[in-house]
Amino acid sequence: MELLRRPIFSLLLLLSLPISFPSISLGSAVQGEDGHREEEFTEELLLKPLPDRKVLAHFHFENTAQRTQSYGRHHHLFPKAISQLVKKFAVREMELSFTQGRWNYESWGGFDPISSSNAKPPGVELWATFDVPPDQVDASWKNLTHSLSGLFCASINFLESSATYSAPEWAFQPASGNLRYGTLPREAVCTENLTPWLKLLPCRDKAGISSLMDRPSIYRGFYHSQRLRLRPAKIIADGADSGIVLEQTLTVVLQPNGFRTKSSHSSENKIPPTWAMSSLLGRKIEGRCVLAKSSNVYLQLERGLVAELNALKENQEFVGTTVLNDDLIENPAFEISVKPDWVLKEVGNLPTGSSSLMYGYSIGKSTDSGPFDLHLTWKSPMVWSCPRPPLHASRFLMGSGNERGAIAISLRSTGLNEGLYGSNKDKESCVLPVNVFQVVPWYIKVYFHTIKVFIDEQRKAVPDVIEKIRVSPSEDKVLPGVMEMVLKLPCGVKSAAMTLEFDKGFLHIDEYPPDANQGFDIPSAIITFPNVEAAMHFNQFSSSDKSPLLSRFREKNPVQSYTEVLLVPLTTPDFSMPYNVITITCTVFALYFGSLLNVLRKRASEEERLLRAKGRSSPLSRLLAKLRRKKEVEPQSSTTSSSLFSSKLVVKIILVAAIAICWQYFG
Amino acid sequence: MAAPETPKLKPRPIVRLGILLISHNLVVSVICCISGIVALLLLPILAKNTYISENALMPGSANPMLSTQDVADANKLVKDLMDLKSESTSSDKMQRVVAEYISDLGAEVGYQKFYPQSDQFNPLHFFSLPDPGTLQEKVNCSSFAINVIGIARAPRGDGKEAIVLVTPYNFEDADLLDALSVGLTYSVFSLLTQVTWLAKDIIWLVADSRCGEYSSVAAWLRDYQTPVFGSSSAADSSTCDSSNTFYGLKDSSVIERKITDNFRRAGTMAAALVIKVIDKSEPFEDTLSLYAEASNGQMPNLDLINIVNYLAVHRQGLHVKVQKLTSLINAKWLTVLAQIFEYVGVIARRLNPQWKFGIPAAEYVDGTATLASSLYNQALGVPTGPHGAFRDYQVDAVTLEFSPKVYSMSKGRHKEFLVQGGRLIEGVIRSVNNLLEKFHQSFFLYLLTSPGRFVSVGVYMIPFALLVTPLPIMAASLYTKTNNLDSDAETNDLSIYQKSFTWLNAAKKVLLVHLWGAIVSLLPYAICHLGVSTPAMNLAVWSMLSVLCYLLFCLILGVRSAKSGKAQWAVLKSATLSAVFIGLCLMSVVNFATAEFGALLLVPMCLVIYPLKSDLHAGGLMNFSRMACNLALVLIGFPPAAFILLKGALDGFHSIYVGDFWIWVESLWAWNSATYLYITMIHLPCWLLCLHVLLHTR
Repeated sequence: MELLRRPIFSLLLLLSLPISFPSISLGSAVQGEDGHREEEFTEELLLKPLPDRKVLAHFHFENTAQRTQSYGRHHHLFPKAISQLVKKFAVREMELSFTQGRWNYESWGGFDPISSSNAKPPGVELWATFDVPPDQVDASWKNLTHSLSGLFCASINFLESSATYSAPEWAFQPASGNLRYGTLPREAVCTENLTPWLKLLPCRDKAGISSLMDRPSIYRGFYHSQRLRLRPAKIIADGADSGIVLEQTLTVVLQPNGFRTKSSHSSENKIPPTWAMSSLLGRKIEGRCVLAKSSNVYLQLERGLVAELNALKENQEFVGTTVLNDDLIENPAFEISVKPDWVLKEVGNLPTGSSSLMYGYSIGKSTDSGPFDLHLTWKSPMVWSCPRPPLHASRFLMGSGNERGAIAISLRSTGLNEGLYGSNKDKESCVLPVNVFQVVPWYIKVYFHTIKVFIDEQRKAVPDVIEKIRVSPSEDKVLPGVMEMVLKLPCGVKSAAMTLEFDKGFLHIDEYPPDANQGFDIPSAIITFPNVEAAMHFNQFSSSDKSPLLSRFREKNPVQSYTEVLLVPLTTPDFSMPYNVITITCTVFALYFGSLLNVLRKRASEEERLLRAKGRSSPLSRLLAKLRRKKEVEPQSSTTSSSLFSSKLVVKIILVAAIAICWQYFG
Repeated sequence: MAAPETPKLKPRPIVRLGILLISHNLVVSVICCISGIVALLLLPILAKNTYISENALMPGSANPMLSTQDVADANKLVKDLMDLKSESTSSDKMQRVVAEYISDLGAEVGYQKFYPQSDQFNPLHFFSLPDPGTLQEKVNCSSFAINVIGIARAPRGDGKEAIVLVTPYNFEDADLLDALSVGLTYSVFSLLTQVTWLAKDIIWLVADSRCGEYSSVAAWLRDYQTPVFGSSSAADSSTCDSSNTFYGLKDSSVIERKITDNFRRAGTMAAALVIKVIDKSEPFEDTLSLYAEASNGQMPNLDLINIVNYLAVHRQGLHVKVQKLTSLINAKWLTVLAQIFEYVGVIARRLNPQWKFGIPAAEYVDGTATLASSLYNQALGVPTGPHGAFRDYQVDAVTLEFSPKVYSMSKGRHKEFLVQGGRLIEGVIRSVNNLLEKFHQSFFLYLLTSPGRFVSVGVYMIPFALLVTPLPIMAASLYTKTNNLDSDAETNDLSIYQKSFTWLNAAKKVLLVHLWGAIVSLLPYAICHLGVSTPAMNLAVWSMLSVLCYLLFCLILGVRSAKSGKAQWAVLKSATLSAVFIGLCLMSVVNFATAEFGALLLVPMCLVIYPLKSDLHAGGLMNFSRMACNLALVLIGFPPAAFILLKGALDGFHSIYVGDFWIWVESLWAWNSATYLYITMIHLPCWLLCLHVLLHTR
């Protein structure tokens, strides 16, 4: 009895342990037995006024899980669906984005971390690297696409076909081994994709910052991109098996109410619209998500805006305050309703001279004093520009007609690259490398040898400009065409263009999508500037040093931008054609069999007639007679002739059979 | 016993039918020709009402959003433009004003500078678009024009497709109506920058029409679709030194304005609307004229015309018009014909109330006039407006020409007109915006008999088919006849050789004459380089050279008549008929309307043609009438004569000038019309062959 009772007791203990855990973990991260943090969740929101009177709202949720053996396959905060996915398919890194609308690189920026990692092409983009041997990568990818498709209610499973995904080697992500990349430009994104995404958050959208996600306001925006990023955790616990970080971001560009102040032709009336968080997003933050370690709201002022504000302050004698703070909280241009808990200033060598400012609010406090709402009231006109990528990339189609065309990628200088390089380096030797990654579906038959590069309107020899190129030609219905290349452009380049000619292919009738007459999409090309980093360092503040959003900002990722999706009209058959084909085929068959039967019948009657009236001799009867005579003679005649005859016959039969086989195969 | 079993072998039914047709060729030809012409005249009766075929278009399903505020802004722009004009400011100032207005709406603005091209005959680029490289040589550096392009991006769209609005505007010399057309488009554009339902980007092209409306639109399209990178454009800027006025347009003071001289683009074009306002002095109603014909008789999808027509009539209450041959409306013969058709219709209905094919006489006359104009414009192959430039890139486009009523113009009440027109354009754009796929559902081959009625290809093919059918039948019968004739006469081997020689001779002749036609078609290229000034002189040189060329052909290659008898002209006629048949069928594929007109002129001539000498020898009344008929038809069949007669019939004979034909032909090749090729390479040779038969001497 004694022996029996003890295991039961220990079992009870074991069972009660996980139940007691949530009560311990409330409010902060889960503390493991060995002391280090095992799972933590943070929620952050970044708001940023944009130069074209819109407001960027960037939600950032991060969920970290150390992979430990302590409680097997169970997690407290980390979504089980994702961890299972990671385990099963050995996903090392993954990024999935659902986007609606286009990121406007010209007026929303293309140089800062947000735009270069959160501006995504329309539709779905998925890439993943796997921790499996190279021959199993494709299988893992296929399984992954199906799982994600189910998880996110999207047709990601179309990425399973080998004709839709590609394996970039270096132009997309610098260090990647088992990378697979695929996009679905035509995928419509809506709430059915957002709901499963929200389910991965510990508080869903019931509490905390995620409760701001009022569907009508989010989808009213000009740009909407929800992203899910899996990456290995940097802190490696035992060296071998690191944990995983799930980063969920939602980037929305919203138009404050009062859509357009009626245009007046003087530039006086350029006061940006006043907004409040509750008017933008339709809700207020009621309180933090209790499971989150930190819950912060940031308001970012861009470098350009800060520079303008400083200039304004210098020009205008601001009477209210005598001592002008560097943090610009009190300034003549705008007013913030809530005083920030801390102000961060960008540090590091900055190209433009002025630094960006970040006002931080911690949500934990606002639970006491009612819901958190931030008002930004503009008082004076303000015009500023945003940091733009060194070269603005756009892509378009050339040519017309259903036969051939050309893809052109044009890069135009935004004036920034001169500032970047012109001062400190010699202009002649200075080179701006640009990575171009382009996937083309197989029905666009690109001729890679027709590549032409123009720099400043002058045609350049390809080897002079292209440093490195990798091309994998498309294979009909199997593989897409992939082109990765590194262009080295002179730093003072004004414009560069690259053209590639293609032929339009033909699809089989059942390969056409239901809306074939719309045309076919060529997914966005990715332009990366490997030497230009989109990193922002903010001076450290005690409560912000653990902010995942700011540590993301600090990462030295190259500036990346996506080009437009292109629409190529292909030749489409008349889809009512099958009926016509059936009709005409029936007619042809009727005619054929009719005449065939006619001929057969006639010959028989003729023969009969010939048998009866032997006096007549027609060519046919003569031939028959000849044949008969020959047959009679045959046994006596030399063997050679008979063998010749039979061999001819055999050849003929073989020929007919071959034709029939060919017909069967290729017809 | 054997006797009933061995009857003459019966040929197949189809062969028997052929033999029957060939043996009764005269009856068949007469019936076919007459029924062909009757069928052509019946087309207005057979026209169907148009219907919107693509369900996704949903025209008029949403309430128009264009407010008076947009119109007030537009009115302000009109006023500004008129003020600038009265101050006689330079054109680039006006362009800047337009650009600022567009930019204030939050749209992107770009300029495009281009040099107009001189039209030159280039035989090698007939159907293809001219090579951009060669175009650079022909630019005229002294004059240039600048288009202003505004692009409103769809807020949530993916930017793959775009809808184009075009307003031709002459920045140097524009009147109130032109400014109104800009204002009209501006009001719609300003609305479209605010709406949330937009799925396709909107491009507004203010085409600088100082060098012609078509050429400015074509220049923009060329830059949009086939831009030139690299050396050639650099050479262009060096040869024509880029004047600083263009760069002066940039307004550096305002940073946030998205005005650049970069060529801005949006996605694939889904449809284009060209908007014009003209004063036609309409007494009572605001009217809308539709122009749709592009080069070589290509038409935009019927659905585009349908939605414009539907919205204009049912939503905005505009009076919609399409082009008509006005001289036909007053024609006596047509009125009589219309009354006959009406009478027949009435009788038919009396016999059976279900037969409702009769239409009122006035409607018939109207329909015929519209149909004739539609056919004529398609046959000419010259686009009827700037929309033609879009068709070259497979974009459906139509010109909307508004003409406000006199009353509103005189009172200066533009607002109502702007609201009405703007709502129509908004509705059309909204419909096209609804479209997921490109226009493909409805007809591309049709003729309009009124804005709401059309004749589809299946119907208008019938008259042509009927007209063309007698040609092969007649050719076959002539051939068999000559064969029988010869075989009856003599049956030795020599005659067989002779026979095949006549046949070969005729074929050779036909081939040579067509070769001559090809050379004649190329002659204008040389004439252009000669530098003869007046059209009449040009025409004279052309005809002289042609005749010379023909004589040379006769001398060198020798269209020598073999010493064969009667048969020769018949064989020649047979060969000619086959050539005409092949030529017309080929042309019907390229431009149906041209083939239709060609068939009307050529078929009767080719069928009736008979040597004059034989008729003179016979000298009967029958022969005499045939002779007269032949002469008349040959006269009409000669292209310049036909042109002059047609022109005289339409405009009156007093205004005829010999050089007109040259001018007309010049316009044909300037627009790359296939009609030119048809005239010189099919019509003229066939006419000459007929002349050969007519003047045949034994």
